[in-house]
Amino acid sequence: MDMNAPLYQFGMFDLQTALFIAFLIGIGFGFFLEQAGFGSSMKLAGQFYFRDLTVFKVMFTAIITAMLGLFWLSKFGLVDLSLVRVLPTYLVPQLVGGIIFGVGFVMGGYCPGTCCVAAVTGRMDGWIHLLGMFAGIFIFAEAYPLISDWYSSTAMGEVTLSQLLNVAPGTMVFIVVVIALLGFAGAEYLEKIFNRPEEPA
Amino acid sequence: MTNPKPYLNPYLAGIGLGLVLLSAFVLMGRGLGASGAFTSVFTAGVNSVAPEHARANGLYRDYLNTPSGNPLKEWLVYEIAGVLVGGFVSGLLSRRIRGTVEKGPRFTVSGRLVYAFAGGLLLGFGSKVARGCTSGQALTGGALLSVGSWVFMIAVFASAYAAAFLFRRQWT
Repeated sequence: MDMNAPLYQFGMFDLQTALFIAFLIGIGFGFFLEQAGFGSSMKLAGQFYFRDLTVFKVMFTAIITAMLGLFWLSKFGLVDLSLVRVLPTYLVPQLVGGIIFGVGFVMGGYCPGTCCVAAVTGRMDGWIHLLGMFAGIFIFAEAYPLISDWYSSTAMGEVTLSQLLNVAPGTMVFIVVVIALLGFAGAEYLEKIFNRPEEPA
Repeated sequence: MTNPKPYLNPYLAGIGLGLVLLSAFVLMGRGLGASGAFTSVFTAGVNSVAPEHARANGLYRDYLNTPSGNPLKEWLVYEIAGVLVGGFVSGLLSRRIRGTVEKGPRFTVSGRLVYAFAGGLLLGFGSKVARGCTSGQALTGGALLSVGSWVFMIAVFASAYAAAFLFRRQWT
């Protein structure tokens, strides 16, 4: 079978069409975020008090769905994986950025995508969160000349977990699926324990 | 007063999101994102107010440097415009549009808004440091098994759980 995806990389459509596709994909993205309940900061924050582990469940279901889809499409020769851009790794900046991001997440109650959904469904805290994000981007941009060397440090290139651990891509996919399934079972169990009606309101 | 519909089962919502992400891979050879779109929008704003300042800064310059030369004519900007529409349509269909401030019953509205701003600020800054957010790094890079994306995702969860006790009053 001929590889002809990613379609854009094979020149099947132009930039204008790509931007229209971006809009349609965004509609799907926003729709499922809202359907999952991610327009609500109370629901999102519930993740960090073991009250409601929807964030974990949705995220890992999405990750394994897309990962398995891409893996099998490339196995059948329908997608050329070398043309799907893997984000390059900058180990220390990504670790530090994740730590800062995590504090912001439990403090503000949203992430960049979910605060959009919160804002358009009427949540004032979503709008304010959006403003705060612009302030954070502004501070980073103005500080950029001072930290750009550090920002580009510990560069490891486009490295995947299977390359790092030296296992076949199929094995790595299988390991991630098993971890996710164990995680789902753990999440269901934790929700049961932490939602027992025992606290005096 | 109409009652909001219940949320979609989390595993079904996850499959839906995963298929949206997969369609981005297959059609475009790239994944989803959010923080990058805000950087593009912000850069466009800086460029219209202070163009010399924008061109002198390495980060703004990167975001000005699009195929069309217009920082707003970016894939992620159109995608986020779609997110706003999709989120609104979903909220409308499920009767969940409410003008409100979400918080726990013991917390004040003004306190919540201060935390929302400060949290947004940290998250905006952190997503720039990490070159992406929960969409671009955790979801997209997670599905592509990128090492840095998994490091980012684990760091986000570990740090949010570690800091959760500081914000308990806001959420419980």
